[in-house]
Amino acid sequence: MSEQSTEIFAFSAENLEKAKAILAKYPEGREASATMPLLTLAQRQNANWLPTSAMDVVADMVGLAPMRVYEVATFYTMYNLKPVGKNFVQVCTNISCLIKGADDVFKVCKKKLGLENGETSDDGLFTLLEVECLGACVNAPMMQINDDFFEDLDSGSTDKVLTALAKGESPAPGSQGGKRVGCQPAGGLTTLTGGK
Amino acid sequence: MLDDKDRIFTNIYGIHDVSLKGAESRGDWDKTADLVKKGREWIVDEVKSSGLRGRGGAGFGTGMKWSFMPKDNPLPSYLVINADEGEPGTCKDREILRSEPHKLIEGALLASVGIGAHTCYVYVRGEFYREAEALQRAIDEAYESGLVGKNACKSGYDFDIYVHLGMGAYICGEESALIESLEGKKGQPRLKPPFPANCGLFGCPTTVNNVESIAVVPEILRRGGAWFAGLGRENNTGVKLFCVSGHVNNPCTFEEEMGIPMKEMLEKHCGGVVGGWKNLKAVIPGGSSVPMMTRAMCDTALMDYDGLKEHGSGLGTAAVIVMDESTDVVRAITRLSRFYMHESCGQCTPCREGTGWMWRMMERICDGNAHIDEIDLLEDVTRRIEGHTICALGDAAAWPIQGLIRHFRDEMEAKILAIAGTHADAAE
Repeated sequence: MSEQSTEIFAFSAENLEKAKAILAKYPEGREASATMPLLTLAQRQNANWLPTSAMDVVADMVGLAPMRVYEVATFYTMYNLKPVGKNFVQVCTNISCLIKGADDVFKVCKKKLGLENGETSDDGLFTLLEVECLGACVNAPMMQINDDFFEDLDSGSTDKVLTALAKGESPAPGSQGGKRVGCQPAGGLTTLTGGK
Repeated sequence: MLDDKDRIFTNIYGIHDVSLKGAESRGDWDKTADLVKKGREWIVDEVKSSGLRGRGGAGFGTGMKWSFMPKDNPLPSYLVINADEGEPGTCKDREILRSEPHKLIEGALLASVGIGAHTCYVYVRGEFYREAEALQRAIDEAYESGLVGKNACKSGYDFDIYVHLGMGAYICGEESALIESLEGKKGQPRLKPPFPANCGLFGCPTTVNNVESIAVVPEILRRGGAWFAGLGRENNTGVKLFCVSGHVNNPCTFEEEMGIPMKEMLEKHCGGVVGGWKNLKAVIPGGSSVPMMTRAMCDTALMDYDGLKEHGSGLGTAAVIVMDESTDVVRAITRLSRFYMHESCGQCTPCREGTGWMWRMMERICDGNAHIDEIDLLEDVTRRIEGHTICALGDAAAWPIQGLIRHFRDEMEAKILAIAGTHADAAE
């Protein structure tokens, strides 16, 4: 199911406090609801992947049999069951991105990183994954790297973002075209022109 | 075109101050306590009279849904807000979460009064980590200012609101799967009845509403249901966020009056179809789950529930995916088939097996590797899935293919005929 880590997972003191706050969101006797947020917290502490020992820790905290937690961890695609690169590159290739050139974006990623879909680089810097719709369709094509969306991509800007990351820089997320910040029409506002 | 004064989301592009101070300057949280004090029935009646229909895709009357919540149930009631936005083409709720979070929080309080709930969970898709952070910042501000929490807005009403992050499962956008997920389980839809209003989260009365449905509530209550009902057409009232992606000159999200003609909308807000209207091949008008429309249909189509239903499609989430003549529509729908296969929760056999079957057939057709009569077989498979599953994912997987066969059968045949010779030999 999940790869075994050499170390046994334990929450940090800081995250134990966060875990308490998460558990407090749900009514008494409904601690199971905290399963997903706690798994997420564990994954974020553990270099973005979830070893079985972390699932066991969470199972213990929410009072579920470990199998119930394994079931959850394997159902949701965002739980990484094996180590991933420092930069987790997820390229959307669903319909809106597809018709706006996601093939090119994905091709540049593969070539630049020397990776096929699902692979992690030997130096542990990058993992490349083709994913389903990420919900930024009017800014297609786009990719998510760790928590950030990089939007309005083309071959050139995709290359630029990856080059910056490879150098250890932090490229600015959001629209890469330079024509807009968010989801407004790039040709100029058609609504809300009054300003406030 | 809709006047700016009738727009609800005045900071949808996040150009102005997103914080509580900025939101208040745009009219959010204005005398909210008075609205709360008008009470449950007044709120539900006002939303009913506005004609607001659910903005998540199904289009069920929001006020009607609220009125199903029991009044004498000893168990606590819950409001659950569905921010698991994942329908391909759809990206409107994202903008509310990151640019207009206070509209959502205030709406959550008022809707909770309407259904008798004191607790609300907002289920945000895991990929929207930054958006969830933005919402949490706004919630923290609201708590600090006493707008939510004990004695919210000094109205005497206690109200708590929590963010719950999903972790990558399209199916959790289905309300009962979302409830399962919120209970810490795999997101697999429940059999209905019982409906969530009677037995939802933790077995308690629950209403699940889309982000946009909730975020428009404060403005409806402030201006009155009649104002909202006066926009759009009967049975299709109000304003709506549209997100237009694909082959238009300026893909974007904007708020418009319901019932705006599609052609006018694309030309006014999106700079028109790339290469002009004549270069338009097809439009998916409501997110990936609704059937595509041809240009001839788009010529006259009105953008609302009934207007698109007339053309055999639907408004869905109002995510408009525009495809010009350069588009390989067979490949586009094949990609959607792969999506539905990937997202099937595996609970019902017709969907679990059928989505894979449909995708493999679509791949064969796409590559020209199929027999011509497989198109009919594929159509038959879609009919055996549609209506035979617990939730609508089976239908959603079947409809795009049915739409493709209905309108672009010739393109499917052309792909097959391009290398038909080899198959004719093989068949003998």
